[in-house]
Amino acid sequence: MSVLIFIDQAEGHIKKASLEALTYGADLAANTGTTAEAVILGTVNDDLADLGKYGVKKIHQITGDAFNQFDTQVYTNAIAQVATTTGATVLVFSNNVNGKALAPRLSAKIKAGLVSGAVALPDTSNGFVVKKNVFSGKAFANIAVNTSVKIIALSPNAYKTTATNGIADVVPFQANAATPKVKILSVNKASGEVPLTEAEIVVSAGRGLKGPENWGMVEELAKLLHAATACSRPVADAHWRPHNEHVGQTGIAIAPNLYIAIGISGAIQHLAGVNRSKVIVVINKDPEAPFFKAADFGIVGDAFEVMPKFIEAVKKLKGVA
Amino acid sequence: MKILVCISKTPDTTAKIAFTDNNTKFDTNGVQWIINPYDEWYALVRAIELKEADAATSIHLVTVGGADAEPIIRKALALGGDEAIRVNADSHDSFFIASQIAAIAKQGAYDLIMAGKETIDYNGSSIGGMVAELLDLPFISLATKLDVASNQATLVCEIEGGEETCEASLPLVVSCQKGMAEARIPNMRGIMAARTKPLKVAEPVAADVLTTVAGFGLPPAKAGVKLVDSENVGELVRLLHEEAKAI
Repeated sequence: MSVLIFIDQAEGHIKKASLEALTYGADLAANTGTTAEAVILGTVNDDLADLGKYGVKKIHQITGDAFNQFDTQVYTNAIAQVATTTGATVLVFSNNVNGKALAPRLSAKIKAGLVSGAVALPDTSNGFVVKKNVFSGKAFANIAVNTSVKIIALSPNAYKTTATNGIADVVPFQANAATPKVKILSVNKASGEVPLTEAEIVVSAGRGLKGPENWGMVEELAKLLHAATACSRPVADAHWRPHNEHVGQTGIAIAPNLYIAIGISGAIQHLAGVNRSKVIVVINKDPEAPFFKAADFGIVGDAFEVMPKFIEAVKKLKGVA
Repeated sequence: MKILVCISKTPDTTAKIAFTDNNTKFDTNGVQWIINPYDEWYALVRAIELKEADAATSIHLVTVGGADAEPIIRKALALGGDEAIRVNADSHDSFFIASQIAAIAKQGAYDLIMAGKETIDYNGSSIGGMVAELLDLPFISLATKLDVASNQATLVCEIEGGEETCEASLPLVVSCQKGMAEARIPNMRGIMAARTKPLKVAEPVAADVLTTVAGFGLPPAKAGVKLVDSENVGELVRLLHEEAKAI
């Protein structure tokens, strides 16, 4: 058995979720007495050898113009070639945006059973069983993978990154490039902001804020905490905030270390998107708001009175004038 | 342009989640079933909008499941699908389901195959990508906008921290999410028309089952909320910093 981890990058930089996948894959390799190798496609600015500190021994790098743009068919074909050459028996992805596009394709291509959204290392005491979230975080399932090659897509923020000492051996890999059939016309990235799915802290607000003009205090708190901003469904539906900020059952599911919910009542559909957050803080003037039942810390109070005090207290903590 | 929309039956978003048979089966007792919201609000409704704008000629629906999936399929027909195919098989795992959908898609020679980005029960996000691979078609994942003109699709899809716009020729597989269309409800005319729309039953093709559910469980309950007085917000920040070590 050997483990092959896919390292995801954007604009030459390795994504945080991939560091989690590297740690996970290396821990899995150590537990099963094998080595962890990784594959990365495209040109990278970050120091790849340095990723050895997460436990990966060898990184196969596939370069060439064809691989500088993410394409599910081009990438799947290339990763399959590396998997075959290295004889990998477990492939690890992050279940992030690109992982969700690649892992299922690869699963169908090489007929390897896939567990997407894994939250723990496999139990190999009796077969190969991986724990994942189901029912939008309201339950978990243990999935038995019955194929000789297995694919795990690790839920972001579910596995702690650990770095020690180590240097990875970076080796070029010659892969055949498939012809891309999708043409990317433009990329629109909010620079300087923290991507919601990668954020350690998320500051989120709902209808309790009364209108889009009141989001300044949400953004100010988010900036102080280096957090991403989010919102509830009614807020996105009313176009107070963009759809990509909507967290909940029909929006984006997130699992940050800290989720701060301001003026959100906590309908079951909203909770389904955030219930895997490690710490939940709820600020709501209604003491009966269902969100308090799912919270770790709460303040019963008016957001417009509590938020300025909250921001002041965080400024004091951070030493910001 | 012919569109195939993949439809899954899921428990209602407010359904109580419990398990039976020594935690190996979902407890369906008292559960209301709905069309998976991502399949309905985003994939199906956008398909209907494309047809209303004369960009599509027909919308077929496919589901994999037993006869108990038929009320859901009828509702999807009431919204605006033209005809439906139910593959009469248990939905074993995502590869098995994707294999069935791919077989139906091949037979029907569809130009566009649309699915929700995930189901709200198994949260697999797998069907679109697997179907695309089985048909050797391009796949656009997590799309928030889709337009089609003269055999060319233009899409906006999510990337980490933003979005990108891309184009691809048909045929194409797309997984859909919020932003793509506004939710609608079936009207009486649609409900009446759906009663007589074709709902074909197809037998499954042979396909492997790659994974099985060994068991389910519920997450541990929260210890309970620690309330802080609204006049003492500094205490909350102290707790988050010193106790929870979250900031």
